[in-house]
Amino acid sequence: MQPIPLFSATGLCRSLAGRLLWRDLDLTLRPGERLGLVAPSGRGKTLLLRALALLDPLQRGVLRLRGRQPESWGLPAWRARVSYVSQRPVAHSGTVEDNLRSVWGFASQRGRGGWHPARVCRWLERLGRPPAFLGYPAERLSGGELQLLSLLRALQLDPDVLLLDEPCASLDASTTLAVETLLREWLAADGRACVLTSHDPEQIGRFTTARLELNRP
Amino acid sequence: MTPSAAALPISNGRLALAALLILVNVALSAGLRLGLGRTLVVAALRMVVQLLLVGFALEWLFVQRNAGLILLVGLAMATIAGVAAVNRTRRRFGGIYLDSLLSVMSSSALVTGLALTGIIRSDPWFAPQVLIPLLGMVLGNSLNGISLGLDRLMEGLESRRDLVETALALGASRWEACREVIREAIRVAMIPTINSMMVMGLVSLPGMMTGQILAGAAPTVAVRYQIVIVFMITSGTALGVFGVVLLGWLRLTSRDHQLRLDRLRG
Repeated sequence: MQPIPLFSATGLCRSLAGRLLWRDLDLTLRPGERLGLVAPSGRGKTLLLRALALLDPLQRGVLRLRGRQPESWGLPAWRARVSYVSQRPVAHSGTVEDNLRSVWGFASQRGRGGWHPARVCRWLERLGRPPAFLGYPAERLSGGELQLLSLLRALQLDPDVLLLDEPCASLDASTTLAVETLLREWLAADGRACVLTSHDPEQIGRFTTARLELNRP
Repeated sequence: MTPSAAALPISNGRLALAALLILVNVALSAGLRLGLGRTLVVAALRMVVQLLLVGFALEWLFVQRNAGLILLVGLAMATIAGVAAVNRTRRRFGGIYLDSLLSVMSSSALVTGLALTGIIRSDPWFAPQVLIPLLGMVLGNSLNGISLGLDRLMEGLESRRDLVETALALGASRWEACREVIREAIRVAMIPTINSMMVMGLVSLPGMMTGQILAGAAPTVAVRYQIVIVFMITSGTALGVFGVVLLGWLRLTSRDHQLRLDRLRG
């Protein structure tokens, strides 16, 4: 018998306004895997990531995390473990730290570690940002800084599966490489995997361990 | 209370004199090319016809002694208020009329019922000359609150969509993700009611109180009625707004803690 994969999706279908985007789509993630989604624009990469996090109703198909379906986890708990990071990062009012801390207040995140400033500061340093970054007003951040905030906000919660939608779209080349290194190390811990989309084929080639092409149905 | 005994009647001729006042507005609109002339005349005519008809209807209604009939009239008034509240919103979603009707009916029935049986203690409890005007005032104000609350809820979910979905994507329940929007919608919907309570008697002499005084009631008595009605209006609006915002939130999210703005139209 095969071991239960960390995450699996089988038979996913999705149509949008009468147009079929993908059909009978299967994907499996093993621990440590970095799966790259490859498709031209408008073929539903974002919709697929959103579907895996169940942010939209699933039209057809079955999702499993560690062999258990979303209903058995409960939806907020599912998303605490299968977390989607949008390509349009946003922050609420307050400082960067306020934004990083507020997500720990969700009931599904309680008892899962809590706010750990030292860890986040270590990450910030790796990304070339000083600890004072935590005190910046979040609404004045540049696009790239907002993207870093958005990534760290999800990363600190240690989900099992991280769904990254164009995570480096607003970052310069050196920060992009630093993010990739950070993600590789984070993923090295047991029982984690990520799915990533990128407009940059080089990044897909460099960073991912497997690729999934969304073909025309 | 027998208002017609003490109130000074106004003859048809003097009523026509009052109509001249609206001509000031028409002239202003024509002079400044506001394009409001036609609408003003239509609105003025509607007001006159509606009120004259209501005068006749109320005269007939006030001699009725059938609780079922009075309640039916109340139900019709609440239905009109519930529908009007939705018609003023810019956007819609499936079930919005039902949500509005449920909220307006349950809140106004509760508040008016408590006031009639506990505070004013009219005899019989459904006495139409008490029930109908009080209900009307509660409904008129709830209507404003409900349409404001609905508008703000839809607007807030739409404009803060990315924030709400970011929270959901990191494990928030739909309540945790939408709490801010809900709170803001309820707050904004309550502001007009609270503001008018602040300046009542200083800036505005409330219509009902003025009416009672014109009809010959002692100001100190009229003031007490006014206090009761303002509390009724405030709590009725609060309950109605609370109800409709929560019902709307339930419709625009799903049991699976998803934001369902695809259910929003217009």
